[in-house]
Order: sequence, then C-alpha cells, then structure tokens
Amino acid sequence: MANKQTHFVAPENETPLMAVDSVTGDSQPSNLWLDAWRDMRRRPMFYISGALILLVIFVALFPGVFTAEPPNDKCYLSNSNAGPMWGHPLGFTRQGCDIFARIVYGTSTSLTVGILVTILTMGVGIVLGAIAGFYGKWIDAVLSRVGDIFFAIPYILAAVVVMSVFSHNRNVVVIALAIGIFAWPSTARVLRAEILRVKNSDFVMASTAIGVSRSRILWRHVLPNSIAPVIAITTMSLAGAIVAEATLSFLGVGLPSSFMSWGNDISQAQSDIRTNPMTLIWPSLALSITVLAFIMMGEVIREALDPKARASR
Amino acid sequence: MSEQPLLRITNLQVEFPTQGGAVRAVDGVNLELFAGQTLAIVGESGSGKSTTAHAIVDLLPGAGKVTGGSILFDGQELVGATAAQLEHVRGRQIGFVPQDPMSNLNPVWSVGFQVEEAIRANGVATGKQEVREAAIDVLRKAGLADADRRLKQFPHQFSGGMRQRVLIGIGLSANPKLLIADEPTSALDVTVQRTILDHLDELTREKGTSVILITHDLGLAAERAEQLVVMYRGKIVESGPSREILTNPQHPYTKRLVAAAPSLASRRLTAGLSVSSADSEFDLTAVASKRASQTTVGEVAISLADVSKVYSIRGSGFKSTPFTAVDSVSFDIKRGTTMALVGESGSGKSTVAKMLLGLEKVTSGSIVIDGQDVSSLNAKELFALRGRMQPVFQDPYGSLDPLRNIANTIAEPLVTHHVGTRAERTARVRELLEQVSLPWSISSRYPGELSGGQRQRVAIARALALKPDIVVLDEAVSALDVLVQAQILQLLAELQSELELTYLFITHDLAVVRVIADEVCVMNKGQIVEAGTTSRIFESPTQEYTQNLLDAIPGANIRLGA
Repeated sequence: MANKQTHFVAPENETPLMAVDSVTGDSQPSNLWLDAWRDMRRRPMFYISGALILLVIFVALFPGVFTAEPPNDKCYLSNSNAGPMWGHPLGFTRQGCDIFARIVYGTSTSLTVGILVTILTMGVGIVLGAIAGFYGKWIDAVLSRVGDIFFAIPYILAAVVVMSVFSHNRNVVVIALAIGIFAWPSTARVLRAEILRVKNSDFVMASTAIGVSRSRILWRHVLPNSIAPVIAITTMSLAGAIVAEATLSFLGVGLPSSFMSWGNDISQAQSDIRTNPMTLIWPSLALSITVLAFIMMGEVIREALDPKARASR
Repeated sequence: MSEQPLLRITNLQVEFPTQGGAVRAVDGVNLELFAGQTLAIVGESGSGKSTTAHAIVDLLPGAGKVTGGSILFDGQELVGATAAQLEHVRGRQIGFVPQDPMSNLNPVWSVGFQVEEAIRANGVATGKQEVREAAIDVLRKAGLADADRRLKQFPHQFSGGMRQRVLIGIGLSANPKLLIADEPTSALDVTVQRTILDHLDELTREKGTSVILITHDLGLAAERAEQLVVMYRGKIVESGPSREILTNPQHPYTKRLVAAAPSLASRRLTAGLSVSSADSEFDLTAVASKRASQTTVGEVAISLADVSKVYSIRGSGFKSTPFTAVDSVSFDIKRGTTMALVGESGSGKSTVAKMLLGLEKVTSGSIVIDGQDVSSLNAKELFALRGRMQPVFQDPYGSLDPLRNIANTIAEPLVTHHVGTRAERTARVRELLEQVSLPWSISSRYPGELSGGQRQRVAIARALALKPDIVVLDEAVSALDVLVQAQILQLLAELQSELELTYLFITHDLAVVRVIADEVCVMNKGQIVEAGTTSRIFESPTQEYTQNLLDAIPGANIRLGA
C-alpha cells in the first residue's frame, strides 16, 4: 500500500474464511445459575462460610453429640461463676449451669427463629412483590402503600410491641411472626423492582403471543429471571433475624428465660459482666460467628449472581 | 506521491487481556491516509474496525492495549506518547464522533455547556464571551437553526439526529486535521443518516479535513469514501479505491460482503444486474429473483380496514391528550406472500404488528384474519388464532428467556397448546432445529451462549413450532451483521416457499424490502403514504416521501456495472 491508488488484497491463507455463524459446541451449558454455581465453587469464602453454616445446622439438630451435659438439669450453685474444668470447657454461669452446654442447646432456637423469619419474609415478600410488580395498576398501588406503612415502622420497635401483647405465650413461632411481619417489605420491594424490569422483555411478549397465560408467564418466565437479588439478600436477612431474636431476648421481651437461647444467655450475663465476663463473651461469640457465616455466604451468592461483579474480580 | 501521508499506521497490534489469555483484536493493520481524503473501514462486529480507530486516539475500552506497531500522525508518533501529548492531539488535531448519540452527551448539563467545554479544552477561544460565540458558531455550522436558543437546552430536548449534529460539531470545533467517525449514523433513520452524512461531507470538504469513517454498511462506505479498507478477524483483507473494490472484489470475504449487502443487492436489482459469484450462498440478488419467478396469487389471508390506534398520553394534572399512533390503516395480504411495512422510527409500523398479534387493542377499524374479525374473538378463539399466527421480534437478545434452554424454548408453544406427547414434542423440536439449520447439540444450551443470528434462528423455530400460516417479522433482521442477515433472509425465503407462509415484514430498511417483499406499504406518521408491488414502488414511486426514502438507501448513488 504505497499510495492511495493501490488495490491491496491480503493473501487468502492469512485469514482463512470461517463459516458464518457456526455453532461452537465445546463448552458446558451455561446460564445465570450454572455460572453462579461454578463461580461460587472457586471461592474459598464459600467453603469457609459453608462449613460454618453446616456446623451450626448440625449442632442445632444433634446437640447431644457435642455435650453429654443436659444444660439445665445439673446446675449446682456450688459451681456458680466457676472457671473451666474437665468436661466443662467454658466454665459456669452464676446459676452454676454449664456455659458450653447452654450455647450448644441454644443453637437450635436461634437457627429456628432465623429460618422461620426467612420463610415468612420470603413467602409474603415474594407473593406480594410479584403480584404488585407483575399485575401493576391499582393492585400495585395498594400493595406498595401497605408495604410502605410496614416499612416505615422500625421492625424491632414493632416486635417489642407485639411481644408485649403476647407476654403470656411467647415461643419461637410467636417471636418469628413478630419479626417477620415487619421485615417482608424490603424483600417485596426488591422483587417488585426486578419484575418491573423483566416483564417488559421481548420474551414475555413472545410468550404472550404464543398464548401462554398471564399467571404461567409470571411463574415460568418472569419470576425465575427476577429472583436472583432476592436469593442474595435472603441469607443476609437470615443473619438479621438471628440478631433480632437475640436483641428481643436481651431486652426481656423475647423468649421467656425457660427457653435456652443466645439472646437470653447474653441478657442474663449482663449483671456478671465485671465478675465473670466470660459468661457474656462466649454466647456473644457464638452469635457473631453464626451471623458472620450467613453474611459471608450472602455476599458470595450476591457476587456470584451479579455478572458485572464477577467480571471485575 | 511525494507528499507525506497525514496518518500512517504500520503493523498495528491491539490486545485485550481476558481470563483465557490475551485476545488479539487488531493484528498487523497497515494503512495510510492523506490530507483531505476520506477512508472507510468496513467490517462486521468483532472485526477490529472500531478498535483500530480507538487505538489512534488511545481511547481503547477496558484493558485493551496497543502491543506493537506504530501510528504516525502528522510526523508525530502516537504509540507510547505521554498522556499530555495525547491530550494535545485529541480534539485539537484529531476529532472524534462517537457511535451512540443518545449516551454521549451528558444529560445533566446543557448542550451549550458541553460545546463550550470542548472549545475551552481545545484552546479555540478564551474569555466567556468569545467561547460563547464560538459555541454558537459550532452549532450553527452543525446545521442547527436558532443556535443561541438551542445552547441553553438539554440533550433530552434534542432528537437523535440533532444530538449527532452536536457531536459532529464538537468533533470539528477545533478544526482538526483528522476526524474519526465511529458508526456515526447507525442508530439513526435513513433519511436523517443521509442529511447528516451530507453535512459532514460538506464541512470536511470545506476545511480539507481527512475523515476515517467506520461502518458496517458497505454501500454507505463506498458512497462516502474514496478509499475502502475491509477488515476481517482483526486483519485487513482488502483495501483500495472504493469503486474498484465494489465492482471487482478480489478477496473471498469481500466477495461475500458485496453479495450480502442489502443496499447493494437492491441497487443491483434496480439496475437489473446479478452478481455471478461462486459464493452464491450469500447472494441476495438470487434470493430476490427466485421469489419473483414463483409469486402465486392466492386468496386474502389478512385484511386490515381503517385500523386506528389512539393512545392517551398523561399530561399535567389529571388531563390526558390523545395521540394517534396509527391512523386508519388499510391493507390486504395474500396467502403465501410477503407484505413489507416500511417506515422510520415513530411511524406506527410496530404498533400495527402488535394490534395484528392481539398484543394491543384496536381503537377503531377491523382486522380480519382468514375471515374472522380479531376484535370479536373470545379468549378461546384468540388462543386458537395465536397458534396460527406467530411473531419474531427484533432483538434476538431479548426475545428468548435466558433461563430456559433452547429445547424448552422451542417446545413452549407445543406445551401451551397441548400438542403431542413428550416424545412427539422432542421429535418436533429436532425437526424444527433442522429446518432452521441448527444442530441438535444446542438443544440443551441457553440463549446466552448463542450468537445473535443463532438466537434469531431459535426464535424463528419457536414461531414455526405450531405450523402457523402467518409469521409477523418485526425488524427481525435489523440487529444482525450483514452476512448473518443474508443467511436469515435466505432461510426465511426458503421456509416461505416450503411451508407456504404469509409474512408481514416490518422494517425501516428499504434495501431489505427490495430483496424479500412482494408488496410494500410505506408508513409515515401513522398513515400509509404509498402502497404497491415492490418493483412498482422502487421503480416509479409516486410520493415524495417514498422517493426520499429510496434516495436515502446508502449506495443508491453508486454506479455499478457500467
């Protein structure tokens, strides 16, 4: 190409012609979920938090495997505030109960509350968020305002009120309801926003033109494409619910002291903070590690489900 | 040629690091551009044409890096130049017009502010008053009437064409020696495209500015530039004087492009020429002449009579103003033929399609399909009708559910209409994939893994699943690269003759119409301006609007053959 008049033609063998639009079929099938799953399995954080979560679940299901000591049967005042000894690795509370046994048996309470609250917020949030986002119009207006009202009330404050009303029959289900009823609007909001985005896609129009019913379009096409952010916040809200239970129990409006829960343990340890700080520290540590595990898992899932975050790593 | 070229690129290499190692996007590009010349770089997406242009002004996206070669501009080496040196070159000596006029103006600042910013940055003028005057001058030269009032307006108050004028004005504001225009008009309507390119020609010729025009449209490139560079997979496969390349392409890839470009095919048809190339796989002229020889006159399949659609647009307070998107449109489509509905954006052509498909309600008028009035159908009859009439949409990235695999996607109409057993449905999916020339192996894959053309094939397979009589193609090939577009057009033509389909083909691209349609309706502002057979419309349009559209087909002014 010495000057502009030259007609240059590259030798053919330099850039051999490829078939137009040929199918390359050597990779594994991939979509958002498969990619996210592959991505998660490459991250150490997934294994660390996963192992911790599995441990917590196992402890909650089979507390007897970890301690031979039934937590409340053998509380001897002679052991009050005693330090660790053989068979009692974390020492004793003021009542002379074994701290380790109480933590082990308290796990199931915390976890049950967390799971119940999550099921409740997910259930209510997904149903209401999906209906509001997909059907729109006045349904959306009504549901969104109801959500706004619940959202405006701080849920710990609301739970305190509810728990005071039920002061005579407090149990795990009641506390989960009290927390969950005020926690669903954020799930509903996130889902509604996603559904508003997805429902205008061409593939929804294509399905409508095929003759697929509205409810089936919502169920088969719109919801699966909008659920990712909800899944990501769910594991984190589970952690939030565990903390909320502990907070309520600490404030004295949670589970009655006959229930073994980390919140109750922390609450009762307040008075001994100077004399025996370990009674406060051990259940707090159990709580922190469990919450941290769920938050870490939530973070891993969130990043895996966000292709942009994945690309920038 | 004793004079020095303004721009000389030798052996340019550009790489993008990815997870799977570095990808070479541009591999050994050489080109020369003299002062006052226009050069067009043509290629498909991913050919490296934009990357080459971006490398010149060091605006490579992401982690892209020039890894070798040299870019000599006006005696100055740009590869390895410092940021300060490049800033001096950028804007002042090399202007840049980006691709998308919608996203390249900052919506929070007035247009005037952005023009003034460019003027100040390039040191064209200093002092508040002078800068302002220079800005008005730039907008006026860019062809915007009452420029001083426009200065205070914001980008959303400008149409796409006006924004692109502003961007061209900004690009030329410092009287650069070279202007790089990266697909400057591919987002615009053809008539707007023509006026903008005419204007660009005028401005650059006046000042003797060299231009590098990046485009995917061979017709456009040949019309606007004396020199043509064809890129394929990061390399230049052919370069030289445009006319010569068009009439006598040497490299097989260029031959393919020339045969597949709708603008050129439409030109050849009008001139009564055919490309007698061995690579007939992509010859659109052949597709069209085959069609012409087998046109059958059947009974009317679809009939629209005085169909109107009025939307109410929410105004201030509780008031709403009516907006007529479609204004008493009437046409008939005969069975087994293709009717093209052509118009620019906002002409109401897609609304007609949605009403026909029952996705939008008709405000007044009637749509009769096979003797049934669509508006009087109950839910059950509408459901049955949907089985006989299927759409294919424009955006192959949006029309398939990303979380359902290809087999499930194609089988969805069968499942919805309770057709066959599971095994029969699988067999039908296999047959459909074969019809659209896709291997069975992709049935377990997801849309994200397929190219645009492959997705469009899947969308066509899904539309054909219920053996419909009518297929509504709403800009079905507009988003595809020319070669892929040619393949899909060919596929559509084959399927039509095989299955006796009736097509309503909605497009803004008259060149494609010439190839695929039997009859044409030209729409403007909700009304049908002109209707007739394709050859009649193309050979003797009676309306000025149609004539303008025809003239705006890129490459319409190129003389071929003679």
